[in-house]
Amino acid sequence: MNDRPLVRNDPAALDFRVNRAAMVDPAILELERGRIFDVCWIYAGHESEVRAPGDFKTRTVCGRPVIFCRDGKNAIRVFLNTCRHRGAMVCREPEGNARVYSCFYHGWTYDRDGNLAGVPGEASYPKSFRKCDWGLTEAPRVESYRGFVFVNFDAGAMPLEEYLAGAKEYIDLVVDQSPSGRMEIIHGTQEYDIRANWKLLVENSFDDYHLLTTHSTWLDYMRSSGVQMKKPEPGHMLPSHGVGRSLGNGHGVVDNENFRGRPVAKWIPLYGEAARPEIERIRAELFARLGEERARRVADTNRNLVVFPNLVLNDGSSVTVRTFHPLAADHMRVSAFALGPVEETPAARAIRLDSFLTFYGPGGFATPDDIEALEMVQAGLAATCREVPWSVMTRGMEKTGEQLNTDELHLRAFWQQWDKLMQGDRP
Amino acid sequence: MKRDTGLSAADVTRAQVEDFLYREAALLDEWRLDEWLSLLTGDARYHVPSNDRPDADPASALFTIADDIARIRARVTRLKDRNAHAEHPHSRTRRMISNVRIVEREGDALRVEANFVVWRFRRDERIREYVGRYRYRLRVESGELKIAKREALIDAMELGSLGSVSFIL
Repeated sequence: MNDRPLVRNDPAALDFRVNRAAMVDPAILELERGRIFDVCWIYAGHESEVRAPGDFKTRTVCGRPVIFCRDGKNAIRVFLNTCRHRGAMVCREPEGNARVYSCFYHGWTYDRDGNLAGVPGEASYPKSFRKCDWGLTEAPRVESYRGFVFVNFDAGAMPLEEYLAGAKEYIDLVVDQSPSGRMEIIHGTQEYDIRANWKLLVENSFDDYHLLTTHSTWLDYMRSSGVQMKKPEPGHMLPSHGVGRSLGNGHGVVDNENFRGRPVAKWIPLYGEAARPEIERIRAELFARLGEERARRVADTNRNLVVFPNLVLNDGSSVTVRTFHPLAADHMRVSAFALGPVEETPAARAIRLDSFLTFYGPGGFATPDDIEALEMVQAGLAATCREVPWSVMTRGMEKTGEQLNTDELHLRAFWQQWDKLMQGDRP
Repeated sequence: MKRDTGLSAADVTRAQVEDFLYREAALLDEWRLDEWLSLLTGDARYHVPSNDRPDADPASALFTIADDIARIRARVTRLKDRNAHAEHPHSRTRRMISNVRIVEREGDALRVEANFVVWRFRRDERIREYVGRYRYRLRVESGELKIAKREALIDAMELGSLGSVSFIL
């Protein structure tokens, strides 16, 4: 790694570049698995996805099949989905409620707490065999912050809350939208692949520089539905004031004044007149509960948060929880969920979901164009990265003080953390 | 050019429904989207549910697409715009519709189900193959079949390599 610097940062020369091999080289992906995904806190799921003892979801986290579940005492557990006998996946359903997890190969069964409960023909094992030694293996660390559950495959990792650093403030802005501080994942998962390196989606998720050109058809749609768009202020590209911030440990955010409507709680004509009283009621509750300043902060700004390395919370037209995992250097799988307050009325919930689809997802008016952009980037740089090795990432580098959402400070912060970990540092 | 074919929901045949669906498929494959819009009722809906919740309600579950007629028209406006990058240049699609069944008749409406395979070609990419079934609610208006609701249910467990559903599926 050291003989080939992948991130070149020279503040004195106002130069910051990323080597495109980082998006292409399979050896770099292998190194990322060990130096990033195995030592960082990785989002595994939300507490609301499993509610009662025995509830489970199976999914892939850090390349490993896991059972994300509630045990017999209703605590969240994350088991590696592999039988301790020969290794078969013990849970083959995508979701459900389990009395026991039963491996069909030789019939070993595990209880909800992961203990090995049943072994057919147990008498043939010698006395050295003790069932208590052969329970399901858990992710070494599982911790949650305000309902978001993360795992860490490094037993010695720093606590989750310390790791989240400045990202906590932005998670709080999401969760404070619920009167009881409880948000829930809404049923229905958008799962899709992008034929591009996973880090390109990190960049894309909080890069507002691309909005005008990549998403002009979405902006046209918003305009034609009656959304007012101001002329940008001098020096700005977008209709509302927005800043980019680095939040520590590689996390970052774009934090923008809202112009596009929010289910909590800013009505726009697109929601329809009938929805107006409900959105105004939600807004009034927010102001009464949080006070004017905090309520405006929650309701009148949009935030796209990246939690290093692969969790995105887009809190704008709706709240999107998006996570993605590399399948190959040029291929990722994305899972996206809608998040809403548990108290939401059916009418408000319907607005949230409808509003989600106007922008987000594989059938939305914007995400497909992001997918196309990322695939075009990958197609463009993959075979040329020897002749064209560097991507420039210097927007805003000369500024002191506030950085705009269309600048690249927060992208640089991501890449600096990435580079640091790839050199072998711990997070 | 309104022509009253004198159809009524009570005696429309499967062959007539098949002709109608084949015509729709041809319009979509040829990107004649304005003509496709003319096949829809004034209150039509177009849904693609999430793969893991095929029978859900878009008011309470996240879908991939849940358009009312206003958003269907906006979708067509977008797809005709050169800046809808995901579909410019247009994907080539080829639709195979089969196993067409009229499953229910009620008043002026029919519930129709059909299987589909839609191949999608982009650039020099691999073939993307969307396999699933349609659930239609057709209505007879002025003696002609119209689409009041079309739902495309994709069989795959997740969209996976299908990527986006940026065209009209």
